[in-house]
Amino acid sequence: MYVAVKGGEQAIDNAHKVLAKKRRGDTSIAELGVEQIRQQLPLAVARVMTEGSLYDEQLAALAIKQAAGDLVEAIFLLRAYRTTLPRFTASLPIDTGDMLLSRRLSATFKDVPGGQLLGPTFDYTHRLLDFSLLAEGEYPGPQLPEKAALEPCPRVLGLLAKEGLIKQEADTGEAIADITREPLEYPASRAQRLQALARGDEGFLLALGYSTQRGYGRNHPFAGEIRIGEVDVWIEPEELGFPIAIGAIEITECEMVNQFVGSASEPAQFTRGYGLAFGHAERKAMGMALVDRSLRAEEYAEEIMSPAQQQEFVLAHCDNVEAAGFVSHLKLPHYVDFQSELELIRKLRKPFKGPTPSQETGQ
Amino acid sequence: MNAATQPRPGRDEAYNFAYLDEQTKRMIRRGLLKAVAIPGYQVPFGGREMPLPYGWGTGGMQLTAAILGADDVLKVTDQGADDTTNAVSIRRFFARTAGVATTERTPEATIIQTRHRIPEMPLSADQIMVYQVPNPEPLRFIEPLETETRTMHALNDYGVMHVKLYEDIATFGHIATAYAYPVTVNDRYVMDPSPIPKFDNPKLDMSPALMLFGAGREKRLYAVPPYTRVSSLDFEDHPFQVQKWEHNCAICGSHESFLDELILDDQGTQSFVCSDSDYCAQRVLQGENGQ
Repeated sequence: MYVAVKGGEQAIDNAHKVLAKKRRGDTSIAELGVEQIRQQLPLAVARVMTEGSLYDEQLAALAIKQAAGDLVEAIFLLRAYRTTLPRFTASLPIDTGDMLLSRRLSATFKDVPGGQLLGPTFDYTHRLLDFSLLAEGEYPGPQLPEKAALEPCPRVLGLLAKEGLIKQEADTGEAIADITREPLEYPASRAQRLQALARGDEGFLLALGYSTQRGYGRNHPFAGEIRIGEVDVWIEPEELGFPIAIGAIEITECEMVNQFVGSASEPAQFTRGYGLAFGHAERKAMGMALVDRSLRAEEYAEEIMSPAQQQEFVLAHCDNVEAAGFVSHLKLPHYVDFQSELELIRKLRKPFKGPTPSQETGQ
Repeated sequence: MNAATQPRPGRDEAYNFAYLDEQTKRMIRRGLLKAVAIPGYQVPFGGREMPLPYGWGTGGMQLTAAILGADDVLKVTDQGADDTTNAVSIRRFFARTAGVATTERTPEATIIQTRHRIPEMPLSADQIMVYQVPNPEPLRFIEPLETETRTMHALNDYGVMHVKLYEDIATFGHIATAYAYPVTVNDRYVMDPSPIPKFDNPKLDMSPALMLFGAGREKRLYAVPPYTRVSSLDFEDHPFQVQKWEHNCAICGSHESFLDELILDDQGTQSFVCSDSDYCAQRVLQGENGQ
């Protein structure tokens, strides 16, 4: 008698073993260390920390190793771990005006106080495969001057704000929702939107941001400022009554200057879009800033016509852990639903008593 | 062996009982109380990330985790069967994190988590069904905006749903929905019963068991309390009908259960077997036979 093929416990166990073997690869090649990933794949680590919404380089590197380099899977691993962590407190807002910069640029002014700093970037590299990297060996690297003096770098958009040329962003002082603890409800506040975008898939935000540049919700952006560097994180425990620094994190911040708004009662002003990511994650921060601005369409009474302007569309679909999960669930059995559809389609076809396809082809 | 109840295994102490922390479970139980108080109403809840992918039952798992007690006996089915891979995986998850007894026998379970089916055997008042829900909003495929559908529910404005069903009849001669067939709960809210075949819809009506529905990705939960009217949407001249098969189950001979179709060879020879593996196995034990 036919026995329906259904996976048992043994099949699952075996699949896990085969996966472990696949991840390890040829055992005659040295095993990849978590610290190697952390040191030598820092951009992958940054992406996993950002979209995993947990700043921990070691755990992100571990997740990348465990996921065999599948970054969306690594993000999922980190998220699932993050859920189990207790929340002690919320930090004070970080002050990015005060950060230790490793890269900073503005496309809006030729020179700005504090200057421009290219730093570690792929920009202006010729994308030619460097075959010298095939040969392993020490890379001497450039010697950075120790204790290079750093000028204070006020934020570029702050300079515009002083002149009243850009919309002021005011802290309303409202309690900020945590979208990982409370369900997102529409319409979402800007704080909720920014949280969702910060966790959002880099590729999705990149594509949506790109779509605004091609006319789907156009709002003419300039890269007002991109800064990458270390910033201190402060908390203020209730029992202490004064703030203490708990460490420093590397972040990428992008502020876009966008087309101005104005009305009969209000002089024209530029507007802004904001992007923030952990680590060195410029593409993510820029995509996020573009989409943040396009989602402010309603606030600025712009006509909402394009996907990047529709918050339900963007926020409900930007999370790659949710998206990957729901797409991959199609691999689960759907025998029952499919059987229901089969029964239905046969019933719907009954009135048309034509020849069946196999009769037509004479097989 | 197949239908045996597995005694309580040792619990993995590295995690809280049933994985979620107590505060989260309490938050979910509060949501469930609201859901029971307003049958069929979708309650938003702070869904957590589970260590299984979204779309694989994270909503159902969170509800199960929230209501599970040490003495519960858990049954998990997927497509009606206890031995499908995802059912095995979820059952193992709770055996490991909660150390609860598990069973494949419907009558012996106190909590039954399910994907896409309601067991064939009648449920009792001391049982709770937990459904895994992909899309909790029955109006979603007619109106994609949440802000709109929420208003439609609030205003009891379900005209578009009837228009959709009418258009099916006009186009195909039948209502072209075979699973996740919308129902009205307690004469008020239109509800998605999860992607169960419409064959199972009548089992929701006046059931003695509590029915809980969890959608993890969409962060919604809802409920049908025991002995609540659940009616499938239809028209007077096109009454709701369930699927019927011309075949019997090849294993137990049942003519009443939902049958899965198997294709046996390259010529497309069909065979039909019960989708509910426990129902089928019990009938075989009682001496029923397919051929």
